[in-house]
Amino acid sequence: MEFTIDTASHVINFLAALLLLTSFAMLAQRKIYGLIHLFVWQGIFLAANTAFVGFMADKSHLFISAILTVGLKVFLLPYIFYKLIHLLDIRKEVENVVNISTLMFIGIGLVIFSYYLTSPVRELSTLMTRPTLAIALASVLIGLLMIITRKNAVTQVIGFLAMENGLFFAATSATYGMPLVVELGVALDILIAALIFGIFFFHINTTFDSLSVDQMARLKEDEPDE
Amino acid sequence: MNLMNNSDILFLFMAAPFISAAILILVGDRKPAPEINIAGSAATFAAGVALAIEYCAKGPMMNFGHLFFVDALNIYLAVLTSFVAMTTAVFSRKYMRQEREHGRVGHAAMRYYHVMYQMFIFSMILALMSNNIGILWIATELATLATVLLVSLYRTPTAIEAAWKYFILCGVGIAIALFGTVLVYFAAEKVLGEGGEAMLWTNLNMVSGKLEPTILSLAFVFLMVGYGTKVGLVPLHNWLPDAHSEGPTPISALLSGLLLNIALYSLVRCKALVDGSTHTDFAGSMMMAFGIMSILVAGFSILRQKDIKRMFAYSSIEHMGIATFGFGLGGPLGTFAALLHLLVHSLTKSAVFYTAGHAALMHGTQEMDKIRGLFKGNPLVGWSLMLGVMALAGMPPFGIFTTEFLILTATIQQAPLWAPFLLIGLAVAFAGLIRVVQPMVSGEVPDYQKPVAAAHLPVLVHLAIVLIIGLYIPDFLNQWFNTAVEMLK
Repeated sequence: MEFTIDTASHVINFLAALLLLTSFAMLAQRKIYGLIHLFVWQGIFLAANTAFVGFMADKSHLFISAILTVGLKVFLLPYIFYKLIHLLDIRKEVENVVNISTLMFIGIGLVIFSYYLTSPVRELSTLMTRPTLAIALASVLIGLLMIITRKNAVTQVIGFLAMENGLFFAATSATYGMPLVVELGVALDILIAALIFGIFFFHINTTFDSLSVDQMARLKEDEPDE
Repeated sequence: MNLMNNSDILFLFMAAPFISAAILILVGDRKPAPEINIAGSAATFAAGVALAIEYCAKGPMMNFGHLFFVDALNIYLAVLTSFVAMTTAVFSRKYMRQEREHGRVGHAAMRYYHVMYQMFIFSMILALMSNNIGILWIATELATLATVLLVSLYRTPTAIEAAWKYFILCGVGIAIALFGTVLVYFAAEKVLGEGGEAMLWTNLNMVSGKLEPTILSLAFVFLMVGYGTKVGLVPLHNWLPDAHSEGPTPISALLSGLLLNIALYSLVRCKALVDGSTHTDFAGSMMMAFGIMSILVAGFSILRQKDIKRMFAYSSIEHMGIATFGFGLGGPLGTFAALLHLLVHSLTKSAVFYTAGHAALMHGTQEMDKIRGLFKGNPLVGWSLMLGVMALAGMPPFGIFTTEFLILTATIQQAPLWAPFLLIGLAVAFAGLIRVVQPMVSGEVPDYQKPVAAAHLPVLVHLAIVLIIGLYIPDFLNQWFNTAVEMLK
């Protein structure tokens, strides 16, 4: 198959748009199952983009990165999540997310902000992926927004992993990926983090009888004097 | 004939904690585990000292295909890290044994505790010795991961809450730092070409003048927020008092005394790089602003604390603020003082945490209202707490007085407008600390006070070193600092 640079950047932009779309969908998704599905899709788009850029730019280490993404974020982590959700019996849990429309507007604001912030990079970069760096930063920030606004431990973790997706995407957009040793190390860290998150879910669930972090309000600064 | 070259020593330095962790997995909760923990930490320290001697003899070096390096800045922090890790292991032996007898930690938790203790040391040394900014990031994240479940070791609701906050906030912070790292790599790749070589500190510093200033400024904002979260700078400090007060005391001592240093070390290296590119005081001013804010907010927060470890956690924020401010101020005097401050703060803060742990064990609580009559109950613990807090508050002749005085002098010379704020922060923190220590040590022994099997040696050694440094700075230390100051200019 032959791609001109022009078509290639169209494909890359399209995949980036899909990635951003999943970020927004996650922001609005209230069901835990739905969130995991969205996370899987985000992983697929991320891996597809990484592999495609690797193919176009002829960078073999990006293929390894794409395979890692598929293995970790499309199969392993969602599998762990499914298992945990079954074990903890929170399949049907629906979260109260207030003001989804406001969240959407904040999200749009973050996208615009990201475009503004990354403009110096776009001017200097010569890569075909350069327009997507703003989208990468936007998905990092939307993940952050999700962590802040959600009160369920599992959702917060998915927000955290969505942030990591954004970061991997950023590395591909800005520099065709970081050196392999670094990408491997980051992937290892995420794996360990996921295991610890899993242990944590059990601790939180047994201690607080639910996975809502709302009840974690004992360590406050302004306790009334007894 | 020299039997070992420096690569071997560096390898041993990093392998010692790793191998100790592996042995401790097998040993588990059996009787000699704490002793093995001490032996492993001592071996690490010995290798660190050997490496320092090599450094003194041969100067800066690079090992394993440029992946690791030794220079004045990291060797000093590495020796400090392994030293405090060793003394904390000594303290931890008796302390954790008593916690085990009180039933606060179980069988499996003890195994986990010792293994992760060594993994934590390993990750900190990896972060320090790594020449690659990507690996530095990975190691810093690894250090967080190793300590998260140590903070929640007691499984109380508050401990789990503290650990969760620590995990999420530091995870987010460090993720933002990774974005900054990507931007640095983006700028470096243009000059140094693609691949691992463009992520090495030694290469980056050589070409820092050619790196694009706008990109590096942007990167520094992300790095500042990211690593700043781990340093515990206000307003990114929310996790720190919780994590430092809810975990086992040896871990509090290591988090406050060592991990904060590592995060600040990363930030300082980034600052030197950004300064080399932008030639403005952009990075410096940002660090000064974060620093002064931390000093002020932490100073006033100390006044409101009821929990002894929580109070010392706020004091860590204050001291990290002072060091960040000093590095931001820059110049030979400011940087020198900030470097020295990291050393004396580490030693003092861990010593104070040890005694706070002893006092908490004696009274069965960390509430300062309930801790009374230490002079009469256990004079050594009482005096250690008294002297430790005095040193921490910045009383002469202890080392912290020296560094705070130097930073204040440098501020008045270079940035007089900041001086009043600095002075207010220092004064408030001073008053806050001294105010609460007096009732704790004096007075009658309350009836609920129990005797404690205290490890006095680590406390006394730390305080003695801080006292000596307050009176006289050894030549080799002076030389290292001057070289480091030269590097960070």
